[in-house]
Amino acid sequence: MTKHLKTGIGIILTAIMLFPVYWMINVSFTRDTDMRADPPHLFPFNGTLEGYRAVLDQQLPYLGTSLLIGLGTVVLTLLLSAPAGFALAKLRPRGTGALNFVLLIAQMIPGIIMAMGFYAIYLRAGVLNTVPGLILADSTIAVPFGVLIFTAFMAGIPDELMNAAMIDGASRWRTFRSVILPVSRNAIVTVSLFAFLWAWSDFVFATTLDGGGEYQPITLGIYHYIGNNNQQWNAIMATAVIASIPATLLLIVAQRYVAAGVTAGAVKD
Amino acid sequence: MTSHAETLVRARGASRVRRARGQWAAWAFLAPVIIYLVAFYAYPLYRNLDLSLRHYTVRSFVRGDAPFSGAANYTTVFSDPTFGPALLHTMVFTLVSIAFQFAAGLALAVFFAQHFRLSATLRALFLVPWLLPLIVSASTWSWMLNSDSGIVNFFLTSVGGDPINWLTSPSWALTSVIIANIWIGIPFNLVILYSGLQAIPGEIHEAASLDGASAWQRFWRVTFPLLRPVSAITLLLGLVYTLKVFDLIWIMTKGGPVDASTTLATWSYRLSFGNLLPEFGPGAAVGNLLIVIALIFGLLYIRKAAP
Repeated sequence: MTKHLKTGIGIILTAIMLFPVYWMINVSFTRDTDMRADPPHLFPFNGTLEGYRAVLDQQLPYLGTSLLIGLGTVVLTLLLSAPAGFALAKLRPRGTGALNFVLLIAQMIPGIIMAMGFYAIYLRAGVLNTVPGLILADSTIAVPFGVLIFTAFMAGIPDELMNAAMIDGASRWRTFRSVILPVSRNAIVTVSLFAFLWAWSDFVFATTLDGGGEYQPITLGIYHYIGNNNQQWNAIMATAVIASIPATLLLIVAQRYVAAGVTAGAVKD
Repeated sequence: MTSHAETLVRARGASRVRRARGQWAAWAFLAPVIIYLVAFYAYPLYRNLDLSLRHYTVRSFVRGDAPFSGAANYTTVFSDPTFGPALLHTMVFTLVSIAFQFAAGLALAVFFAQHFRLSATLRALFLVPWLLPLIVSASTWSWMLNSDSGIVNFFLTSVGGDPINWLTSPSWALTSVIIANIWIGIPFNLVILYSGLQAIPGEIHEAASLDGASAWQRFWRVTFPLLRPVSAITLLLGLVYTLKVFDLIWIMTKGGPVDASTTLATWSYRLSFGNLLPEFGPGAAVGNLLIVIALIFGLLYIRKAAP
């Protein structure tokens, strides 16, 4: 097989794989009257921006809430997982193995079951339908992953670097803050990206814990759209396109971190 | 020699002192995450277990004085006519999804491992379905599979087939959500299997082809066996992830029509949140069954991946 032929096949395969994404974009520009046209309009000629106008009119608060929840989840996840990763990688107390085991198990618990437990707790604590409550719940998706990533990354930092700082009289906290954290940039980026993306995409916690909230994330915005006006598919798909922006940015800006994150979460060596 | 041994002993003694002090420091660094795990993992799970062992009504759910009912919720669940189908659908959904995701992911990984022009870029684009919010993928597929105006039925009829009521016919609903789920899961399999392929030294392939092995033989006799550990990890992790799929099915079909695409995850949600009169006890019981199944495969994965 020549190299050109392979590139050709690769492009065709990618086109097939990404067809649903193209279709989402195409439908987001399609006029209501053409929505059920037969044959369907394969390209958005004579398109409309109505869908996007609807997003601007109705979905901005949802997008803002999602942004806030995403950033809140990132901060909480980093605060909890970076020190823990440092301890597990460099200080290695007794029980490290057990804690690693618990973290792996924690990642496997279905979100829907966590959501039920949170619902029971939140209802009585009065934090149902609040943004902080949702941030806290969303962080449970990312914290175990974060600790595992930080541990794996910090284990690769040479001990000499840490020992040098400690011999100079720095406390462990100082060493962590001024030596270990600055060189862990890649891990910080990876964990932040995934924490944000997962919180932004979360539907399970949003629908169970924030279904009646005043401030709701974009996933619920889309969900209400599907439920309420089944007809306006250009608006639904326009919202979907906007909701996909963080994922797209992530892929463009930080592709290598994404692939690293997927693999690091799965394969430990 | 002796002086070397002496320094070694002294260094060891010093490091033991440092270790003891390090223990406290280590636990100080770990304290936030441990408190967090107890409060926001263990406690919700405990609450869920507690829910499944009590007889709840809406009032007692709020007041928290539901009577203990032992395994009653579990017997209710086991004797429910939905239990059999939900378990079967969970198994079919999981196994069929994984089989296709893995096969497609492996084929693509082998293809992309050949390094041609644009191969890295195209491989990156393959990640898109995995990164999109599930609600986005699910609603896009819902519209594509729409009976009257969906693009899939348009393709079907234009090649001479009959249109299919993908989401509204009981015999196709499960297939529809499986198709969408395969699409979402291929990137994950591709990335992990690709990284597994990268770890196989190129010389092995060269040696095999020098010995006259064809590309097909090289794959089945060399690549596939060497990829076995990574494959096992990919499959087990896929199993754990697929068992808990809820969003996709709920958004596309709500588990229906009737129970045609109900899995344990969607059933559990419907019992607790989907009806006007929530049945928290049975809902939690179904959820706990799902945890047990997920943990069985999860433990297998941990044994494979983190010896």
